Parts: sequence; C-alpha cells; structure tokens
Amino acid sequence: MSIKEYRTAIEARGGLLVVKDTAGIAFGDRVQIKDHAGNTRNGQVIRSADNEVLILVFEGTDDLDLENTWVRFLDEPVEIALSPEILGREFNGLGEPRDGRPPVLSNIRRPVGGSAINPAARTYPREFIQTGISTIDGLNSLVRGQKLPIFSGSGLPHNRLAAQIGRQAKLVDQESSFSVVFAAMGVSYADAKFFRDEFASSGVLRNVVMFINLADDPPVERLTLPRTALTAAEYLAYDLDRHVLVILTDMTNYAEALREVATAKGDVPARKGYPGYLYSDLAEIYERCGRIHQRHGSITMMPVVSMPSDDITHPIPDLTGYITEGQIVLSRELHNQGIYPPVHISPSLSRLMKDGIGKDDTREDHPRVAGQIYALYARAQETRNLASIIGADELSERDRRYLTFADAFDERFVGQGESEDRSIEATLNLAWELMSMFPRDMLTRVKETDLAKYYQGTD
Amino acid sequence: MSDTKRTGIIRDINGPIVTVELPGVRSGEQVKIGELGLFGEVISLRGQLAVVQTYESTDGVRPGEPAQGLGWPLSVELGPGLMGGIFDGVQRPLEKIALESGDYIRRGISVPALDRAREWEFEPNRELSPGTKVGPGVVLGTVQETTTVLHRIMVPPGVEGELLEVAPAGEYDIESTIARVRDPRGISHRLSMYQRWPVRKPRPYLRRDDGISPLITGQRVIDTFFPQLKGGKGAVPGPFGAGKTVVQQQIARWSNADIVIYVGCGERGNELVDVLESFPELDDPYTGRKLMERTLLVANTSNMPVVAREASVYVGITMAEYYRDMGYDVVMLADSTSRWAEALREVSGRLGQMPVEEGYPAYLASRLAAVYERAGRVETYGAGSGSVTLIGAVSPPGGDFSEPVTSHTKDIIETFWALSKELADARHYPSIDWVTSFSKHVQTAAQWWHKEIDPDWEKRRTSALALLARDAELSRIVNLVGPEALSDAQRWELEGASLIKEGVLQQSALDEIDTFCSPQKQFALLDLAITIYKRGAALIKLGVPVSELQHLPLMAKMRRLKSMYSSEQLDQVLAFRAEVDHAMESVRIEYAKHGEQV
Repeated sequence: MSIKEYRTAIEARGGLLVVKDTAGIAFGDRVQIKDHAGNTRNGQVIRSADNEVLILVFEGTDDLDLENTWVRFLDEPVEIALSPEILGREFNGLGEPRDGRPPVLSNIRRPVGGSAINPAARTYPREFIQTGISTIDGLNSLVRGQKLPIFSGSGLPHNRLAAQIGRQAKLVDQESSFSVVFAAMGVSYADAKFFRDEFASSGVLRNVVMFINLADDPPVERLTLPRTALTAAEYLAYDLDRHVLVILTDMTNYAEALREVATAKGDVPARKGYPGYLYSDLAEIYERCGRIHQRHGSITMMPVVSMPSDDITHPIPDLTGYITEGQIVLSRELHNQGIYPPVHISPSLSRLMKDGIGKDDTREDHPRVAGQIYALYARAQETRNLASIIGADELSERDRRYLTFADAFDERFVGQGESEDRSIEATLNLAWELMSMFPRDMLTRVKETDLAKYYQGTD
Repeated sequence: MSDTKRTGIIRDINGPIVTVELPGVRSGEQVKIGELGLFGEVISLRGQLAVVQTYESTDGVRPGEPAQGLGWPLSVELGPGLMGGIFDGVQRPLEKIALESGDYIRRGISVPALDRAREWEFEPNRELSPGTKVGPGVVLGTVQETTTVLHRIMVPPGVEGELLEVAPAGEYDIESTIARVRDPRGISHRLSMYQRWPVRKPRPYLRRDDGISPLITGQRVIDTFFPQLKGGKGAVPGPFGAGKTVVQQQIARWSNADIVIYVGCGERGNELVDVLESFPELDDPYTGRKLMERTLLVANTSNMPVVAREASVYVGITMAEYYRDMGYDVVMLADSTSRWAEALREVSGRLGQMPVEEGYPAYLASRLAAVYERAGRVETYGAGSGSVTLIGAVSPPGGDFSEPVTSHTKDIIETFWALSKELADARHYPSIDWVTSFSKHVQTAAQWWHKEIDPDWEKRRTSALALLARDAELSRIVNLVGPEALSDAQRWELEGASLIKEGVLQQSALDEIDTFCSPQKQFALLDLAITIYKRGAALIKLGVPVSELQHLPLMAKMRRLKSMYSSEQLDQVLAFRAEVDHAMESVRIEYAKHGEQV
C-alpha cells in the first residue's frame, strides 16, 4: 500500500471527519489534513469501512471547508521519533516541538499506541522509593514500577506535591535519581510554567521531557498526549536503561476529552456520559507502567486526578482507583487548616507497599507501625466526630488522648515543608514518638519486641 | 460443523468489531481476520455479513483484506500440562509467547496451549481390558502432572463403545494415541491424552449433588462467620482499595481445594505477577508442596484486548470443569466479574444494541446467572464426586452495591462477602462487613464443624454475631449522646465486640503466623473471646467496675494471640484459657475483699 490522497470529505463535527469513496484504508493509520488555508492538521483513522472512513482530527475540525480539504492517508501508524536528545525538550501531544527548537531526528520511530506487556514478562515491583514525604513513605510507600495516583480537587496543591516528589524521589542508599516524563493535558499556562520553573530551579531540567497541551490547545490532542509521553518513557526506560517517573496531570481533562469525542461519535454512554470503554481506555495508559524481566529501567507513574466536586465516586477517580495500585488522596479540610501536603491518610492506600518495606528494605517494624498508626487515626477520627457532637469535655480521659494524638499527627507527621526531605528512618521515628502518647497496652498492632526497641513513652 | 474453511472479505473495522462478508459462516464460529491472522468470533449474522469480535487490536487492518472461517467455536485444549501455567483469555500460553515474541504480545501469534513436544509418563488403568464397554469420563489411565496433581486421562464426552486397546505404560506426548474405542456404528476412535471442548458449553456430568463440606480457607471471618461450601458460588463485592484481590488471593493460597484456577479478568498486571512469583515459593498447608503445583492462571489484564476478557471467564470455568470431571474439588476465582460485564457492555455498545441499566445490555443478568450456574458439586461419569466452587469479585462503581452487576450477582450467589470501605480505611482486614454479608450455607457447615471441631461451634458463632449486633446498636447511642450514657454492662458489651473484631475477625494476610488459621485455632480464638466476655459480664453483674476489666493485661493478649501462636501451636493458644480463668478469678477475689471492707 502507499500514501493516498482524497478530497472527498463529506462531514465534519466535534473533531471527527468523514471521508467517502476511499478504498483499503488501514484502521488506526495516521492522516494529514490540509485545510483551505494551507495549514496541516493531523488525524487518525478510528473506523474504516469499504468506502468510507472516520477520522479523529487532533487539532479539531473548527474552520474546515469540506470542499477545500485535502485528506492524505500516510499508510503508517501514529508514531514519534525518539533519541536521547528528547531529554530537556518540550513537545506537544503529537511529539512536535513546543520549545521553538528543531524536531528530533532519529531512525527510531515508535507507534504511540503501544501494546500490552505480557504478564509473564513482568517482574513484581518491590524496590522502595523514598519520596521524603512521611505520609507516603511511612504509610503508603511507593515502589519502583508502581502506578500511584494523586486524587485531588480544584485548588488543592497536587501540582506542588507532584513536583516535590519528582525532585526528591530516590532509592534509599542510592543517589541515582529518576528521569521525569511530564505529561500535561489541558493545564493552565500558570501550571505549566510552575513545573517548568520548578524543574529548572532544581537543576533537573536536563533529565526531564515535557509533553504539554494547554487548556486552550485542541482537546482532541489530549487523547494521544499521554500515549506519546509513555512511548517516550518506554524508550528511556527500556532502551536507555533509565528509571523513569511519569507524571500525568490532569487525567480528568483527558477523560473529558474522551467523552467529548465519544459523544460526537454517538457511543452509548455508561455513567455520567462517559463511554463504557473508559475503564479499558484508562487501563491502556496506566498499565504501561511497571517492571520487566531483565530490563534495567523501569516506569513508575503518578497520575494526578482532580475529583470533580471532590467526589471520589465520580467515574474518573473511581475507575482510576480500580486500575492503579493505590491512591494518595488530598483533603480540602487539611488544606484549609494550612497543612501541607494535605494527604488524607484514611482513604489513601498503596497496594504494593507490602513487598517493598520491612526488614531488608526499610526497617523491620515498618509494616506494623503503619498498621498501628492507621488503627489509631481511624479511632481518633471517630472520637473527633463524637467530640463535635457532645463536646470534648464530655469525653473520657482515654478518648481525649486520641484527640491530642490526631492533632499532633496532622500537624507534625502529615505536615511538612515543601522542601523538607525526610528520610524513612526519620519518618518512622516520628511515628513512634506520636504512638508513644498511648500506653503500651493500647498498641496492639505492634509486636512486644517493637515496643521494647522503639517505644518512648513513660508507661 | 464441517471442516471446510470458508473465506471472505473484510468490509468494516470499528475497533475490535469487524464486519466480514463470509457466506455460510456460523454464529460463534472462530474467524481469522486479515493478513495478520487475528483471531475472532462471530457474534451475529445478517445475510452474507457476519459481525466478528476480535481478541486482538485491529490496528492496521484494512477493508478488503481476507477473512477465514475456521469451522469450530472458541475451544480450549484439555490435557496434562495445564497446571502451573499462565494463559491469556483465549488460552494461549503466556510464558511460551514471551519466549517467542518478547516482552510485549505480538499480534496474530498462535501457540497451542499444551506443549506438543513434552512427553508424559502414562500409567494405564489396570481395570480396563480390550472389550470393556467404555463411555465418556471413563478413566483410561493417569499421568502425574505435578507432584500434587494426578491427571486422569478420560474418554471425552461423545465417545462411547468397546475399548479396542489401551497403550502400555510409558512416555507419550499428548498427541500419541493412547487408546482406541469402537463405537456401536463400528467407527473406531483414536484417543490421545488431550481433548478439546467449546468453552461456552458446560461439560456434562452424571447428576448434580448438594454441597456437603465447607471449603476451608483459613480465614476466620469466612470459615467461621460466612462459610462457603465446596461446589458453592460466592461473590466478593467491594469498592477499590477494600481488599477484594487480597481476599481472593488468600483463598487461592490457603483453601483446601485440590485445584485452584485464578482468572485475572481485566485486572492489574502487577497483581498477577505477584501470584506468579509468590506461589512457586509458598507451601500448600495441606500437602506441603508448592502452591503453584495445584494452581493455574488465566490472565487478561486491564490493558489486554477487551473481547478476550469476555472469553477469559469461560476459558477458566471450562478448565475448572475438566478437573472436576477427574473427581477433584476445584476453586475458580474470577477477579473481577465487573470487568467481564463491562466487556459485554462494550461489545454490545459497539453493536448499537439498546442499553438497559447504566449502558449494560438486557442479557447481562441471564449471562451472569449462566456462568455462576456452572459451579456445583456433581457426580462425574467416571471419577466419583467432584466440584467447582466459583467465587467472583465484583467491583461496583463508586462502591454502590445497588448497581446492576452487584445486584444481579447477589440474586444468584449463595455466599456474599461484602467488603466495607470504612473497615478498610481503618485497616481492618479482611474488610468483610459482618452486617451486610451473608451465607446460605451455615446449617450445612455447622454439621461439619460440630462433627470435626466442636459441638458448640454454632452457639459460639451466634453469640459473637449477637454481640456484634449489640455493638452496632450501642455505637449509635454513643454517637448521639457520648459514652457516659452507657452503663458498665453496656460498655463491657462494646469491649467484648471489640475483642471479637480485633482478636478474631481481623486477620492480616501479611502476618506470617496469622495469614492462615486452622479450623481448630479459629474455634479456640472465638471460644476464648466469648469466654472472656461472659466471665467479665458475670463480674460486672457482681458490681466490678468496667475499668477494672478493661485494663487487664489479658485484654491486650487476646488481641495479639492470633499472631503469637501458629495453627501448629494450638496448645499454647488453648493454654491462654487458664490465664483467663486465673485473672478473672483474681479480680473476683480482689473485689470480694474490697467489697467486704466497704
């Protein structure tokens, strides 16, 4: 087959273009569209029938004159060029430079769609990553190859937290840091600038690739952007043996773009107008992270999901939570109390924590300390609720202890500076300091030997 | 179906749904699509056109490319070599695919499930001799498939007649003829060690039986409170993060089944790897052998093609039925049936079918029921009793149990282990909620427990549940007016419920000692917790203040006991009873003295 060009576009709506009288066009192929003004747009075939194809136009279909639109089928999948030169650069969702510098020239071209990793080729992630943030390291540890999203809400400091993790993340006893692939979908100019400045000022820019689609860029491009970014991440991880941290912000904007196109296509909606395949579609992105046998590099992912109206049951955070290996949930309440990072530990979870912590990885008491803190904090939350009804004075002496603990915990354990990089040792010691506010017999989740070694109370 | 292959032409490609012009093709038939040779299945027919759902991504496929009908429906290969393996949703062996196509799965790759080159040590059934009448399910001989699984080679369904010969003991590959049977029409059938079976059709059996013995999972909240029977069907619904996968994995690890089939259906790749990497290291508590020897995995991770996800559940259950037919107790875990239902929804959406609830097609309930109905305890044709227990995880959107998949599932199953977000948030695992969960098998399980463990089992179980119900009631009062409003006796009830929760119900999958709990230890812990509560309640009646009891060291020990002594150290667990007696008695004497002084 070869390149084919048509001038038979018959319909344009919502980012979709229908071209008739075509023949033998491959499903998923890349398309170039030249409009009446001579500008080129890019697209992809999303349905191909005998004599008609449906094209998704990444730059959108606004201002197209059907009679004067030339559609060229390139007979190749949507690909990007890759070389070590991509580090330190900034691209759009199609891999075209956004930084005013020339395009990347390389023989290595990879389709952005990717394909499924054979589960039998995967290695279970178990290397602890120290982020320097107590609520993550101590209670919801991140490991290399994990996908751990940040569930946030509008106005909460998720971007600051993501940037801090990008700066501080490292393996214990090792100075090697991560390469960062930063993918921004529909973010504001200010947010994009924040990250750019953040990476520049901490001197890691040479180790960062940025893929950016701003809020006023075409939404359809958001559909390929994370795939393009992940193709770059896979190249860095598996061709160049680097450990890559992928930050995707904001997946909610991605899902909304998907809904926009699905609606235009007339797909049957499932919940809140999102198409039934939202789960599979998100999984195609998230599951590209992981560790592979006998490959030195790895891909760790931190997607940011802003929950519409702070609703964790909204389809986007909900489906994300079913795919990712846990979640870090930010709380507006803590944020309003001036606590940074406002991580709400109760709904937060790391599923891969169990094999990355303990005797040989962090410290032997770590898993039990995490369990104990959770149990105490859960009880403390109940007590807080109770206190708000009947007043703190009515509480028993035992219950008041929980209140003091909860306040100290929020302030000292959850709260930390934006450049404060706590070691896991420091985090665990701090946890013991707070746990020691309780008598020994109330700490039933830890072992007697832990108490003998770390308990600091007087009881 | 005939063996002549039909060829046709691709007309339309819409994601995984491909329309082909293929006259004479049958509904359900396997079709090879395009030059890549992708596999698919006919799901509807109209005139010359057939709609095919393909198991792989259709990127790069063009209208006009050829399509070929293969003449048979989606089938699996059944024979020695399945155990310990990992297969994708259409039974391709993933480990072999990794050798051939690297870290990613290349499209159009076709590798048979069973290794053709491997030879197995075949031991013929000595009771058979030429001339014997044989029928489906008759065991022709055995192969030691793994150290724990003796694979019985059976006459496949549909073959009946006079046995002409059985191969002598020796090494054979799965395609060698190991027996010949002449049917009543005089046609001779050559039988090899493997057979094929269409996955959407349940395998036949002699008759259905009632379940009689509980499936022991080593998990207290399941075995003691909401028991499952061998041959039962159950569901584990829960929002994300509530621990569905851990519950399923614990059952896969510790249940007293002969065979475990774990279907990872639209779930995380890393979780399957966890099973793949840890099971070969873990010991089966019943046989002492490695767990992987009795385990088989079917993996369609969430990023693998959605149509194969729909097939994966059928592939899993067909293999489960095959081992059941050998007389084994099989447990099949499907994680998660919601992803399976979503695959149905996605395909139905692409076909433009009318959605009913939340986009799901109208046939959701009947398909779900038909899958669960394949579980059960049966009398097999030739190997006595066998069973398939089916336990499906359900992932309700937003944790809402009233959504279509959860509510339909609830109508079908017999055991419902509802996971609670609140418990999980407090890291109370397993987060099986004792209020909303149910088991319809308590009476049957009680007979087993009373005979094997202790005649007081049901009494203790009822006391514990009553205490938990009281706890819920009293907690409501506390939340309204504060704990001061409660009497000492009521506060002791709260304390007793907390002992049940922390000392019995909570069980850490990560704790080396507590991850498995034998029925004996389960009963011992339950009995101790109830005893402490009852002794304390009696003392409070005598006027002992509740604070006196709350601070007894035995209270903390009762909560820790489960992880202090393993199931083998039952004596030490039981020895705690003397401590309880002693401590309670001391309080009584102390208080009596004290009372006299006043």
